[in-house]
Amino acid sequence: MTPDSFWSRKLELLAERKSSSGRGDVDRSKLDALKLMIKNWEKSVISSETPERKDVFENSSGIPLKRVYTPSDQTGLEYSRDLGLPGEYPYTRGVYPTMYRGRPWTMRMFSGFGSANQTNKRLKYLLKEGETGLSIAFDMPTLYGYDADSDRAEGEVGKCGVSVSSLLDMETIFAGIPLDQISTSMTINAPAAVLTTMYAAVGEKQGVPLAKLRGTVQTDILKEYIAQKEWAFPPDAHLRIIRDMMIFCTDRMPLWHYISISGYHIREAGASAVQELAFTLADGFSYVELGKNAGLDVDKFVPRFSFFFNCDMDFFEEIAKFRAARRIWANVLKEKYGAKNPRSMLLRFHTQTSGVSLTWQQPLNNVVRTTIEALAAILGGTQSLHTNSYDEAWALPTEEAVTVALRTQQILFEETGLADVADPLGGSYYIESLTNEMEEQAYRYFEKIDQLGGVLEAIKQGYIQREIASTSYIKTQQLESGQRSIVGVNKYDVAEEKPIDYLKVNPTLSKKVASRLRALKRRRDNVRVRKSLEDLRKAFEDEKANSIFPMLECVRSYATLQEIMDVGRNVFGGWKEPVLV
Amino acid sequence: MSSQTLENQRSIPQRKIRILVAKPGLDGHDRGALVLSRAFRDAGMEVIYSGLLPTPEQVAQMAIDEDVDVVALSLLNGAHMTAFPKVVHFLKQKGGRETIVIGGGIIPDSDKPKLERMGIIGNFGPGTSLKTIVDFITDSVKKKRERLPKSGVKSRKKKPRTPPKSRKQTSRQK
Repeated sequence: MTPDSFWSRKLELLAERKSSSGRGDVDRSKLDALKLMIKNWEKSVISSETPERKDVFENSSGIPLKRVYTPSDQTGLEYSRDLGLPGEYPYTRGVYPTMYRGRPWTMRMFSGFGSANQTNKRLKYLLKEGETGLSIAFDMPTLYGYDADSDRAEGEVGKCGVSVSSLLDMETIFAGIPLDQISTSMTINAPAAVLTTMYAAVGEKQGVPLAKLRGTVQTDILKEYIAQKEWAFPPDAHLRIIRDMMIFCTDRMPLWHYISISGYHIREAGASAVQELAFTLADGFSYVELGKNAGLDVDKFVPRFSFFFNCDMDFFEEIAKFRAARRIWANVLKEKYGAKNPRSMLLRFHTQTSGVSLTWQQPLNNVVRTTIEALAAILGGTQSLHTNSYDEAWALPTEEAVTVALRTQQILFEETGLADVADPLGGSYYIESLTNEMEEQAYRYFEKIDQLGGVLEAIKQGYIQREIASTSYIKTQQLESGQRSIVGVNKYDVAEEKPIDYLKVNPTLSKKVASRLRALKRRRDNVRVRKSLEDLRKAFEDEKANSIFPMLECVRSYATLQEIMDVGRNVFGGWKEPVLV
Repeated sequence: MSSQTLENQRSIPQRKIRILVAKPGLDGHDRGALVLSRAFRDAGMEVIYSGLLPTPEQVAQMAIDEDVDVVALSLLNGAHMTAFPKVVHFLKQKGGRETIVIGGGIIPDSDKPKLERMGIIGNFGPGTSLKTIVDFITDSVKKKRERLPKSGVKSRKKKPRTPPKSRKQTSRQK
């Protein structure tokens, strides 16, 4: 594979923008005077009697920070080329012309635990409390494609989300919730295609046609190998199934976001903001190439892509990250992949506040952390937002904690004036400089990954995983040494009497779920199940076939999640990651 | 990791501490396990990492095959009450009765005494400093070696327990 010169050309352009020779908007005649003014001021600062707290100031990605930013930091910035107006290329200032004046971001709270029945109740509660979109968390066995009665599921059923073993569970989760009136986000990757077909089958039963189903399934398997590590098959097999989904959904589920390219987990695994930005977008470009190579038209399938980012505590860096992400995506889609449809160039994203930033110590402080992170996500122009609950460093959140988290968003929208002006920090000398800097660092990673042979190769070599592990180790050491502070953890810590109340999952749950599954296996038409699984096997074995049609038939016949995934495990095998330690 | 910790390590006369860092079961959250693996290595230990998704029995087998002093188990998916005791069970079955088993992850206080009774000590939560964990391990191994100067000597005595100084477990979860 020959490295693409696109990245190096882009880097040259960015270097030119940064150097004073760049032809930006700044008035040259006034620039020299400004520079002299800054020089004199610097002298007075240095000779000042009040020393600064540290010798070096840098943000959480290690970008060195100046005392103050001025027009001299953006001599190469051209407003129309680099920023534009909201809803206009390159979308730095937001993807919609009216942004939150039109409608607020979607307040989408991730939930799901225990049995399908319990989750159904929680979803209905959240809808009643004013939530505008559903978001489902699955338990570990479901995420790895095992049924609740599997040996591998022991002790894990319903622990980190809801357990789904068959269409029956999905029917229960969505009982009384009309699928044509809501949008649903499902956080699942390795078995994403199976869950999509299950959702489609629930729609069929409710009489809602495929073309009307709205929602998102995460599907982003590349970040699984990079960060979250929830896979079932080798990467090439998963990518092939994603290709099948792209084709199926482009054709039949036009409102379905079949992939949500996720930086969230990359960040939680220890990446810096720059790494989150770079690796997530690099994954996105890989999926563009996957669809292109399958013969799809970029402007037909890319508009269904959406993104999912983390928002941590370094306030300005996060805002700059979101702005840089939009500009990079628009530039690359247009210039490298030849997109013409503006919707292919729009980077729309969901944000979740940082889970890692939450502390189990002094848990009420987490309300403050989440508020600051939510504020940065909104100032960064997010399309939807999940705010974490203050008790989540310990366990799944209680209803009280979830309500506070949702109210946080409602307060930000209703009481602050935050939603009245698009990209209110645009034009800030600091924010624009930081946006440029993060953009440039992301391009350096794109070039490096390209030199390694692309994202898939970089994953197989362990490069991306090791980059993240290094950052994460350095961060931990900074905390140890006191170079980095977390209130309640290594500063202002107190002896704490006891953790707060938390939600516990019923220990008898797994038995109940398993017996329900056994009953289903007796009741269903097992001849039809076997036939549908056999057809799926044939489709998996034929690289050219589209596996989604036979998968939908498996789901309809109540074949279980594991039965379906086992067909894949038999055909494709499993996966062992490269040595990282 | 401070160089002082490294010095403490070197002062131990016996062989280097061999430690298996393991993630039994369906849990891909490996950030902590990877950070700790590096920290243990920086502290002078010989580190073996299980990789992801081994069963508890496979973890126990690795511990035996690698002849480790310590198995450090990490789980953040809430399955510690099932997976950790299973590792201990298989360790005993396979002749690893004296292997020190340390737990870590999202472990509620109310589970800690139960885990300790089953022979899983430490049970460190998020935010525990690396030094606390390294010192705990060094100390546990030192005590075990004093008690069992020759490797392979069986003992009916209970394993020594040394709760880390900085973590007071003052009360139980309701």
